[in-house]
Amino acid sequence: MTALPRTTTRTDRQRLTRAAWLIGLGTVLLILPRLIYPVLALDILAWGLFAVAFDLLFGFSGLLSFGHAAFWGTSAYVTAFLLGHGQSVPVAMLGGTASALLIAVPIAFLSVRSIGIYFSMITLAFAQMISFLALQWTDVTGGENGLQGFARPGFLGLDFSDALTRYYFCLVLFAVGFSVAYRTVRSPFGQALQAVRDNEGRAQSIGYNPLRFKFTAFLISAALAGLAGSMYTFGHGVVSLEVVNWRTSGEVVMMTLLGGTTTLFGPVIGAGLVLLLRDVLTTANLPVGIVTGLVFVLVVLFFRRGVVGTVQHWLRRS
Amino acid sequence: MNTQLLLIQVFNGLVNGAFYALLSLGLAVIFGMLRIVNFMHGALYMLGAFAAFALGQAFGLGFWPSLILAPVLVGLLGVVLERTLLSRLYGLDPSYNLLLTFGLTLLTQDLVKQVMLSQYAVSSAPYTPPAALAGVVNLGFVVFPKYRLFVIVLSLVICLLTWLVIEKTRVGAIIRASTENPSVTRAFGIDVGKWVTGVFGVGVGLAGLAGVLAAPIYSVEPYMGAELIITTFAVVVIGGMGSILGSIVTGFAVGVLAAVGAALYPPIANTLVFILMAAVLLVRPSGLFGLPEGAR
Repeated sequence: MTALPRTTTRTDRQRLTRAAWLIGLGTVLLILPRLIYPVLALDILAWGLFAVAFDLLFGFSGLLSFGHAAFWGTSAYVTAFLLGHGQSVPVAMLGGTASALLIAVPIAFLSVRSIGIYFSMITLAFAQMISFLALQWTDVTGGENGLQGFARPGFLGLDFSDALTRYYFCLVLFAVGFSVAYRTVRSPFGQALQAVRDNEGRAQSIGYNPLRFKFTAFLISAALAGLAGSMYTFGHGVVSLEVVNWRTSGEVVMMTLLGGTTTLFGPVIGAGLVLLLRDVLTTANLPVGIVTGLVFVLVVLFFRRGVVGTVQHWLRRS
Repeated sequence: MNTQLLLIQVFNGLVNGAFYALLSLGLAVIFGMLRIVNFMHGALYMLGAFAAFALGQAFGLGFWPSLILAPVLVGLLGVVLERTLLSRLYGLDPSYNLLLTFGLTLLTQDLVKQVMLSQYAVSSAPYTPPAALAGVVNLGFVVFPKYRLFVIVLSLVICLLTWLVIEKTRVGAIIRASTENPSVTRAFGIDVGKWVTGVFGVGVGLAGLAGVLAAPIYSVEPYMGAELIITTFAVVVIGGMGSILGSIVTGFAVGVLAAVGAALYPPIANTLVFILMAAVLLVRPSGLFGLPEGAR
């Protein structure tokens, strides 16, 4: 399908739409901490990147990981642990990201051989292993208490005790992570990945190795989820068992679906909407689980294209 | 470790296994026939326990009537859910069923929590076993609580009955035919849609039954199904998705293995099942009793 030559006008229009999304999203993210309090804004960045990482795997490779909390959580813990042991911020965050990538190697190796719903359940089970490890390895993770009160030493003259500085530091990291995802899906690798997603047999018959593509995509996604997890820890200054809970894996799915899968911009917007909704609910003292559960159900039933997907669909038709 | 302690561990493992088996059996029946991965199974198990508790509080119903009534109520709720929500997603990738039921799980758990807090002013309630099953029984080689023994036996009976019905009876033949080839089955004048709904109801009814049985052991609280469902998923993957026999055998086996493993090396208790799953997947990606899945 993609091999058919497109008309020039269509390509120009697509490029224009993408540029519009990019500029729009960039502008919102630049002024975001002026609109809402900076810690919440940083949460949106972290969860947004997490959702982008998830979308890379779900939207573009067709693999519904139900255990992405494993990478987000591992990185969050490693980052906190390194910061707590006197490491600088870049080292801690790099260490966190690397640890997510490292545990993703065996998990990806074992799970990408399975397809469909099997894959989801296997990734979920591996994430539970990580979660039990976090609960029991109290020397490193603090168990039920989690880790808190770790230092965030300044770097290159930046003062990380200031929430606004932390936000803009993470915005740079977010931009790096987002462009990695963006470049990946638009590269020849990304095109082949989508070919594998659409028809594995056909992709194989023209010489691609589906397993290798899924494996690589899994690793990129895990590393980005790891980067997001370390941003989350860095932003909050605490880390608790919640980061490895299976609810976390479900929440990132919800954000991605709500924003729109295979859009990359969508997951960020989805993350923003969910976090803002949760913020409103907690301050209004409404039961969070009931409302988010309901939103989830409605999105899956009636709104599978998501916000960005719907807008794009609408733009394409007009 | 002495044999006495080991035997007690084996029996405790069988109790856990009884719950794994009942839950994964329900999941297997539902997945085998409807291709639904029912993430809500844990929440429905909790609803079974909660129904028994609420029936007792509101109408003074004891354990025995609840043991019948609560699973029926849960089954009926399942029928409604299948007809109104899940049926909208047929023909789509099974992931969407997983996601929908995940959302419903969040909803149900917090809803029950709200109800328990506002109606009964508790967030977790003890539930006493019936007088006839109180106390212990001496099996000669081991002394064991009567109620737990009852759970093992009842679960075994229900599992074997379900297996018999599906493998050996005409009803089972219809169910299997509807699974394997719905259009041909329909051509024989069988209303596949009704059977699908019925099977879903029975499957979640099994979860409700497990919930009532669990109430006296684990007490009733809104999140009691949350961790259990994850372990059950692992059991299902080990046994092979959709395999009836696989889920029963694996359910009990995993229960015993985890309990014995925990007695020998405690920190491994909760992770053993997932380690087991990884090991099985390395050798047989489709599970012990599962047939290789096509490109679905």
